[in-house]
Amino acid sequence: MNIRFGDRLFKIVAYIFGALIFILFLLMIAKLYQGSSATINQYGLSFIFNSEWSPYNDEFGAWPFIIGTVISSLLALLIAAPVSIGIAIYLVEIAPRWIRTPVSFLVELLAAIPSIVYGLWGIFVLAPFVRNHIAPIFTETLGTKIPLFAGPSYGVGLLTAGIVLAIMITPTIASISREVISTVPNSQREAAYALGATKWEMISTSVLTYARSGILGAMIIGLGRAIGETMAVTMVIGNSPEIPKSIFDPAYTMASVIANEFTEATSNLYVSALIEIGLLLFFVTIFVNVIARLLVWSVSRGTQEVK
Amino acid sequence: MGIEVNNLNAWYGDLHAIKDINLNIPKNQVTALIGPSGCGKSTFLRCLNRMHEVIEGARVKGEILVDGEDIYGSNVDPVTIRYRIGMVFQKPNPFPTMSIFDNVAAGLKLNGMRNKKKIREIVEQSLEAAGLWDEVSDRLDKNAMGLSGGQQQRLCIARTLAVNPEIVLMDEPTSALDPISTHKIEELVHRLKENYTIVIVTHNMQQAARVSDNTAFFLNGEVIEYNTTKHIFSNPSDQRTEDYITGRFG
Ligand SMILES: Nc1ncnc2c1ncn2[C@@H]1O[C@H](COP(=O)(O)OP(=O)(O)O)[C@@H](O)[C@H]1O
Ligand SMILES: [Mg+2]
Repeated sequence: MNIRFGDRLFKIVAYIFGALIFILFLLMIAKLYQGSSATINQYGLSFIFNSEWSPYNDEFGAWPFIIGTVISSLLALLIAAPVSIGIAIYLVEIAPRWIRTPVSFLVELLAAIPSIVYGLWGIFVLAPFVRNHIAPIFTETLGTKIPLFAGPSYGVGLLTAGIVLAIMITPTIASISREVISTVPNSQREAAYALGATKWEMISTSVLTYARSGILGAMIIGLGRAIGETMAVTMVIGNSPEIPKSIFDPAYTMASVIANEFTEATSNLYVSALIEIGLLLFFVTIFVNVIARLLVWSVSRGTQEVK
Repeated sequence: MGIEVNNLNAWYGDLHAIKDINLNIPKNQVTALIGPSGCGKSTFLRCLNRMHEVIEGARVKGEILVDGEDIYGSNVDPVTIRYRIGMVFQKPNPFPTMSIFDNVAAGLKLNGMRNKKKIREIVEQSLEAAGLWDEVSDRLDKNAMGLSGGQQQRLCIARTLAVNPEIVLMDEPTSALDPISTHKIEELVHRLKENYTIVIVTHNMQQAARVSDNTAFFLNGEVIEYNTTKHIFSNPSDQRTEDYITGRFG
């Protein structure tokens, strides 16, 4: 009797909290939408694809920020994914037990470093390094033919932001991939071994194919982090609202422009433009995260089937 | 030539799971390993194709001669041993992201075969040999997880046969299956011994009596008695064997 009452109470409270989250979520969208009504009315959908951003002329388009966000995040993913998956494979499949725990801990510690510290490191260490050592390698070779790798490099820019972001999302991708890989049943590894697979063949045949959608999910969660990251990127990307032509060009991201310009936004339209960028950012991150969850969920369902 | 096991010992860390076993397993016969749970049957079986050592902290000492050659010899690559000595596991473990065809072809591809026509031929032969061809020939490209448990286990047998091993090890291959599937696999085992040497772990006494030519009774990591199946089941020499097969313990 008592237990049943407690059960029911708990259920009701849980429902209330669940509903609360949903309501908050809708409220946020509504509020952002309301705040950006000025630009939505003035530009409609063309706000997204307009690449002109000059507050002095009251001209607002989000395209440079969308491009900057997408490219810096994809660059980060391109760098972080192989490294993170390598770390995850090493930790689950190769490292002896006494190395596993401290290294996992260290990787997760990377995630705990405040992003401003990454930003400082990016400015004072990485940016000069990119300018003096990494950029010349590309600009003097590939850069002479492919504009994507052409110089000059000012240090700050897309590539520097991509590298900083890559380091920041590596712990995320590595630790989720590690979890996914450790859910691969041993029977799958044994199946490959028993057919005469070497360790590497076993990893590629059994482990990676089994875990692939989960690893993809981890990558997308990492991408989501990169898309939303603000502080460190703002410090190293160069903050220039132009469409970048080379990976060494300065650029701007959606999160950075909001952080940088919100305090100086004087006109109604300016504020509204920034809020609409916030709304777009909100949708992009939700979209990316939903896809990631679905992928991870599909792999865990796969695990049950095999049981 | 069959398998000759000399002074075999195996450990998990400090746990001494296999204690000084000597056993001769004849070619082209079915040898059953029986004994209560935890007595070391699986461990022993996994020593026979060097699968034991893939477990962290696991160790083996002793000699196992296959065709006169010690598979634990210092210059022997365990990978080639596992290629020659196939293994079927307790729970069917097809590769869940692969089609039926790709599951059977997996071992061939691992071992570098690229000839599509040859692969197709071997896949068909192996499915035939595993008694599964008629049931799956029209859906080879479908995912393997769509098969029933018994079909999955026969698929795993086909996958093992595809790499053309000399010896097939089976660890309680029917313990997760219904009686009809079990029956099919027992028939299969009977047919396969014409071409393969088979070692099968079972804790089903009737199964051992039905399918095997020889039986080894394990207890606490030791072989208590090893003889023809007929002898073990009709006239065991050791009291403990008799107790076990008459169901008085275990
Ligand atoms: N992966 C493992 N790690 C540690 N000990 C194990 C492992 N597998 C089996 N053992 C132990 O080794 C002994 C023999 O086990 P096993 O060969 O699986 O027995 P059986 O197959 O006859 O039931 C048991 O005491 C068991 O607890
Ligand atoms: Mg067992």
